[in-house]
Amino acid sequence: MEYMFLINVDETQGPPGDPSSEGFEELMAGWFAYNQMLIDGGHWVSGASLQPSSTATVVHNGAVTDGPYVETKEQIGGFYVVKAKDLDEALELAAKLPAPGAVEVRPVMFRPDA
Amino acid sequence: MSVDDALTRLAREESGHVLALLAGRLGDLDLADDAVQDALLEAVRTWPTQGVPDNPAAWLLTVARRKAYDRIRRTTSARRRTTAAAYDLVEAAEPAAGRGLVEEGAGRMEVADEHLRLVLLCCHPALNQDAQVALTLRLVGGLSTAEIAAAYVVPEATITQRVVRAKRKIRDAGIPLSIPDALADRVEALLTVLYLIFNEGYLSRSSPDLVRVDLADEAIRLTRLVRELLPDSAEVGGLLALELYQRARFATRVDGAGDLVLLERQDRTRWDREQIAEANRLLAAVLADGSAGTFRLQAVIAAQHANARTYADTDWPAIAAAYARLDEHTGSAVVRLNRAVAVAEADGPHAGLRLLETIEGLDDFYLLHATRAELLARAGEGEAARVAYTRARALTDNPAEQRHLDRRIAAQP
Repeated sequence: MEYMFLINVDETQGPPGDPSSEGFEELMAGWFAYNQMLIDGGHWVSGASLQPSSTATVVHNGAVTDGPYVETKEQIGGFYVVKAKDLDEALELAAKLPAPGAVEVRPVMFRPDA
Repeated sequence: MSVDDALTRLAREESGHVLALLAGRLGDLDLADDAVQDALLEAVRTWPTQGVPDNPAAWLLTVARRKAYDRIRRTTSARRRTTAAAYDLVEAAEPAAGRGLVEEGAGRMEVADEHLRLVLLCCHPALNQDAQVALTLRLVGGLSTAEIAAAYVVPEATITQRVVRAKRKIRDAGIPLSIPDALADRVEALLTVLYLIFNEGYLSRSSPDLVRVDLADEAIRLTRLVRELLPDSAEVGGLLALELYQRARFATRVDGAGDLVLLERQDRTRWDREQIAEANRLLAAVLADGSAGTFRLQAVIAAQHANARTYADTDWPAIAAAYARLDEHTGSAVVRLNRAVAVAEADGPHAGLRLLETIEGLDDFYLLHATRAELLARAGEGEAARVAYTRARALTDNPAEQRHLDRRIAAQP
């Protein structure tokens, strides 16, 4: 099965990923190691980190407004789509994410390019 | 045994095993459950006239397997190509473990593993607790949705919907029938569900409705089953002991008018000595290695009460010590509140009050203030007690509690 990990980040903690900030390399090393683990384990399908929600734009029934869609402290900061044999394996992978905070794990229903 | 008793036994004692086996073999919980339900209906239809088979478990497995096959054939009949696969599936559902159900021997372990997978699935943390409870009673306990609904005094449709939604999530989210490496956490979740079921029976015991399934007895039955499946888990033994200690006191917990009787006033000669003796044996065995867990420590506390000949004989220092370990183990504010009561009994009201001062996060819990008030009153601080009683009075909606607190407020000097 395939699962999407929707990674929630607390945006009030300031923008992540500033290369000049302290601990940036350790932070990135954690993510690189995680990505490599997914690839080596045959779990990788896709994934990306996103620009902060302040850059979001919402298109609703054709009308364009400044986003995000829902104003909350926690916003989606990135996602993965992974292959796992069942939910337990997916949850194990999600638990290893180097991100603090909550990850929503959703089974993928249908992926046209799969 | 009457046919009705045999049918009830079939559902309660055998349907869980058979469902676990079929679900494991078919890899489809829904199909296995439908097939077992079909087979149970067939038993209801045919046993009264044809008699009870010699080996009901084997009968149920055979018939349920045939029903699964019928269902597969019906859904695949339009696609001839897949019909062959249906035969393979049914062949696969003809496992050596199936014989283990009816014959002693190696197959038994495999049946136990399949059964444990089903129990763990029902209590999977990805399901909400209401769903865990409903699934456990329905799939493991073999209760009907009507029986579960009656026991919880909710409409049957509510339970049916919970079960349907949970089964849908199991299927669509891919929740597996498996025994995880990190078993301890999952067992704790499972035991929490069983204790939740037990307490529903324990607390609603005064209901005069005799038709209702007794959830406390069902929980004990299921805990015994889990103990067979996990004989090395000390926490399972601890929970069973805890349930038996509490069950032993049921008859004395309410008076003729249906009002609650406090522990202090219960007629201890009417406590069930056999259940207490069994719990004592269980607890001694699971405490042997000196380790502790939430349920074992609660059982230790219940054991002190159950084995005290009179209320005055209660060994409060031992209870306070067990609460201290439970407090350390759980970090729960409610546990610390109970610990403070035991400490007050053991070392006086001031010691209890000092411990209450350290509790955080229960400011809106009436029992915290009622307890503090009681200890202040015992310490001779009537004015402070009155303030605390008044605070407690404002925080409870329960009329019986309100009457009790009004009396205590009036009694302060």
